[in-house]
Amino acid sequence: MVEKSIKEINSRIEDGSVNVVTAEEMVDIVVDLGAEGASREVDVVTTGTFGAMCSSGVWLNFGHSEPPIKMNKVWLNNVEAYTGVAAVDAFIGATQLSETEGMAYGGAHLIEDLIRGKSVDVHATAYGTDCYPRKVLDTSINIYDLNQAIMMNPRNAYQKYNAATNGSNHKIYTYMGTLLPNLGNVTYSGAGVLSPMHNDPNYETIGMGTRIFLGGTQGYVIGEGTQHSPQSNFGTIMLRGNLKEMSSDYIRASTFEGYGTSLYVGMGIPIPIINEKVALATAITDADITTNLLDYGVPSRDRPKLGEVTYEELRSGTIDFNGKEIPTSSMSSFKMARKIAGELKQWIKEGDFFVTEPVELLPSDTVCKPMKQTDRSLLVQDIMATEVITIDQDATFHKAAKTIMENDYDHLPVIKEDGTIAGIVTAWDISKAVAEEDYKLVKDIMTKKVITANATDPIDIAARNLDFNGVSAMPVIDNKRKVIGIITSGDISKLMARRQ
Amino acid sequence: MMFKINISADIVSEPIIADSILETKVSLNISQAHFDANHGEIIAEVENSHFRKIKDALTSKGAEITILDNPIIRDEEECVECGACISVCPVKVFSFDKEWSLQMDADKCIQCGTCLKMCPHNALILEL
Repeated sequence: MVEKSIKEINSRIEDGSVNVVTAEEMVDIVVDLGAEGASREVDVVTTGTFGAMCSSGVWLNFGHSEPPIKMNKVWLNNVEAYTGVAAVDAFIGATQLSETEGMAYGGAHLIEDLIRGKSVDVHATAYGTDCYPRKVLDTSINIYDLNQAIMMNPRNAYQKYNAATNGSNHKIYTYMGTLLPNLGNVTYSGAGVLSPMHNDPNYETIGMGTRIFLGGTQGYVIGEGTQHSPQSNFGTIMLRGNLKEMSSDYIRASTFEGYGTSLYVGMGIPIPIINEKVALATAITDADITTNLLDYGVPSRDRPKLGEVTYEELRSGTIDFNGKEIPTSSMSSFKMARKIAGELKQWIKEGDFFVTEPVELLPSDTVCKPMKQTDRSLLVQDIMATEVITIDQDATFHKAAKTIMENDYDHLPVIKEDGTIAGIVTAWDISKAVAEEDYKLVKDIMTKKVITANATDPIDIAARNLDFNGVSAMPVIDNKRKVIGIITSGDISKLMARRQ
Repeated sequence: MMFKINISADIVSEPIIADSILETKVSLNISQAHFDANHGEIIAEVENSHFRKIKDALTSKGAEITILDNPIIRDEEECVECGACISVCPVKVFSFDKEWSLQMDADKCIQCGTCLKMCPHNALILEL
């Protein structure tokens, strides 16, 4: 049984005799020497990852102005930072969007600009107090003007992450990138063989106080991350580092079309090989790490799981799904992950980085619960009109016009003989037919590709579908495609007005 | 060769593409087509030796032709080589080499622009 202390490993780093390898290199070493031999031979295994980590931000301290201000609200390049703390401290979050540029510029871009030494416009407002009389402040600062710029990431470096695809019939834009319709592509994130937490899945060396590579400098793990879910191998960590020492090579702003901004964070954890169990864990390969393939086309917390895939399959460029070859895309950079693991290895070899013993290891028994909701989500069936007037597809144009006029409806679902939906005809369709003096049957003027809703759809999904498809009403159908109601944008507006 | 066909409002309802193909017997590979009531825009590919013939046929019917000789450009400073672009490209312009560096075969590009929206770092540029 090999046992090595952190002190012993650090003394080898100090005298230059340390043997450090990357997690990629460790795979073959364990195959060749076995876990015991490898644990004798290797002192530290380095890991790395470089991907979108939305849950990132920076604490800023501006110093006091003259006269002083207790910032009530503050904007940096028109991106709002959180100031609900002391007078001139603020937290800028990576996903906060610019109030003037929207998704083109966010907190992540601001953070990258600060690292690059660029000047940033500051606008702050306050209510004014006897001790802080100033009410408005405008200035421009750069990172060197700040007292502190401390990166604090509440949830980073997911142990692994779900792979995403899209089973719907339209293209969707998500934080996992553009997902093509009908399972057109799969996206994934994570460094697989180099994944920092997957190389110590039992958290035998990682915990509060673990010194790491963060953004090109030395940072620390300060505990488990939010949503830390070790039971399902979805562990996360909370990080801290000095932004003033970071490099824009490893902290990069990003924009996900239709979703928003995020921050690509480069981080790596050194795994001290304290025994053969830890050595064995660092021999994990892409083929050993399995993740769920989820259908992001279903806009629900409980996205359907379509299957399981390994990182080896994902990284091969295509996965086989029920005989169909689906191309894959990584949203994180393996090349950068390798660079980070390599750089951390070099730091240790050169005696510039020492490993640490955590004050407290990460918990391995917590679970990530869904939100408790006391206010029941309203469903389409709660606000839809159930007394819906329909019209037969073989009815005349004149009858449709008369029905719309008599009932004061703008939308008339059109049904077939068996009562199933055939289309929808609107007051506008009637007007168009009149303008063109083209008086036909209902089926000739109706919209055939009708957008429908289900009675059990949440209102928020119905509202998004109305918006997405640019329609103002959707017939509600049952599972036999018979019309059982109708929901309009007016119904949803009235509901929103009541809520406010 | 990739080129763009612009069709103005007054002829947008005429079947000028079909007529030009029938007349010249030149096959067009259409990769994108956008039409509305006022305007039509088509991105198409044709063998180099046939370009002149189809161009003359289309322009004689009122279309405007622009040669697209600037395929997709990658800003290497912005690109982090994640590979997000790989799976959305219909003609497999992007791939990884053995060292996980992103490779780009710009000659294959049909200038559909899908990868531009996919790239989280705005590293891809198409000058249409």
